[in-house]
Amino acid sequence: MNDACFQLKGSAVSIIVLELYHYSVPSFTELLGDKVRQAPQFFQQSPVVISLEKLEETQSLDFASLLEICREFHLQPMALRGVPEHLLASARDCGLALIPANQRNSTELDTRQTEDQPDAQAEVVVKKIVEEKLVRRPSKVITRPVRSGQQVYSEGDLIVMSQVSAGAEVLAEGDIHIYGTLRGRALAGVTGDTNAKIFCQNLSAELIAIAGNFILSDSLQNKCWQEAAYISLEDENLQVRALS
Amino acid sequence: MAKIIVVTSGKGGVGKTTTSAAIGTGLALNGFKTVVIDFDVGLRNLDLIMGCERRVVYDFVNVIKEEATLNQALIKDKRTDNLFILPASQTRDKDALTQEGVEKVLDELSETFDYIICDSPAGIEKGAQMALYFADVAIVTTNPEVSSVRDSDRILGILQSKSRRAENGDSPVEEHLLLTRYNPTRVEDGEMLSVADVEDILAIPLLGVIPESEAVLKASNAGVPVILDTEADAGQAYDDAVQRLLGKELEHRFLQVPKKGFFQRILGGR
Repeated sequence: MNDACFQLKGSAVSIIVLELYHYSVPSFTELLGDKVRQAPQFFQQSPVVISLEKLEETQSLDFASLLEICREFHLQPMALRGVPEHLLASARDCGLALIPANQRNSTELDTRQTEDQPDAQAEVVVKKIVEEKLVRRPSKVITRPVRSGQQVYSEGDLIVMSQVSAGAEVLAEGDIHIYGTLRGRALAGVTGDTNAKIFCQNLSAELIAIAGNFILSDSLQNKCWQEAAYISLEDENLQVRALS
Repeated sequence: MAKIIVVTSGKGGVGKTTTSAAIGTGLALNGFKTVVIDFDVGLRNLDLIMGCERRVVYDFVNVIKEEATLNQALIKDKRTDNLFILPASQTRDKDALTQEGVEKVLDELSETFDYIICDSPAGIEKGAQMALYFADVAIVTTNPEVSSVRDSDRILGILQSKSRRAENGDSPVEEHLLLTRYNPTRVEDGEMLSVADVEDILAIPLLGVIPESEAVLKASNAGVPVILDTEADAGQAYDDAVQRLLGKELEHRFLQVPKKGFFQRILGGR
């Protein structure tokens, strides 16, 4: 059982860095407008780190207008990097995270490339996602009752050879099989697998969900309630059928 | 090596202390050297129910803090041989219990006693977790109503995950269900869950069913463990539970509405 409601983890995320050389409202607006027009999909709601490491004229900087223009073009400024010391005070006022200057050289992002071969890139991304999904994760087998307040998570299928009590929660990225009474909550396909299914010997659940589509016990009352049943997702609707 | 039994429930007021006193006394009556420890620091009750509150000088917390020896704090029961009580402190709170301190006391008691009964406080916080951590056996005390059953289910989950046996990967804590305040008439009327309902929800073996009885209240007020009231149905039911705990197989009693005799029916008695 895991009682903690979260875990802190380190993670590297690739992100757009907007490296500012000099700043004036008209020229910044024009250039950013051009860039965004070249690949509007690419920039849609993209998180952006604004780097001031190479900023030339550093006497003052109008952070408010800078961020406003970014947001107008649907960018999401999330942090300022390498803010010079005398600008720190005004930088703090704008509410973004401040990160120290980068030691390593960052790679230059060529947005034109994405515009020239958008399909090719999209295909690579799609392929990657599909490959990741095909990796078979091991099933988790639980032999004792899952009690109220307990939560069990399986990265593959989840097999419970006993009951799931009211107030307990079982989650799986794959299918869920319960060889006992399901009184608690069962959520299958939690990472989005719409083919996931839930099987149980006695359906008395508080909640059933597959790939984010859920039903509560109230709507289960006339669907195999307290009987052996399996649940699958069809056209975004959960279907409850008798196991026979 | 003593067997450590925790009497626990999650919910308050279901009869943990009454059960601890009764089971402890029952084991002692059967010739086992038994100590009952009150883990409910700050709200001590066990000494009241066992009728020794005026003899409390040192308590569990004093022993943990090494302000007194175990022999100074242990109270020998006046009625029953082989029975001792380690009372809780009334003036401290549950933070006074440390895992190392509790372990040291239990280890020392283990050398001379056969059974150690830990009377758990209500709740699922530190005090309750401390009482169940070292247990070999758990007697989960439950009333036949939904919230008590749900809390018992929760405490069973904690036994499975936060006991020493669970943490060390040893064989799991032996779980027993003790259903208290059972009233067959109210079960028939649908006001109470039946034994079968509770067994179905909790899925652990049934140690005993204690009928709702005036004898329990009377015994508590008098400071006499109810198991000593051999006339009362509750006393007999506790005795059955002790025998089952010791491995005997007995049929469960007091599950049906008692049939009224001819005169009772005429006179309209209970």
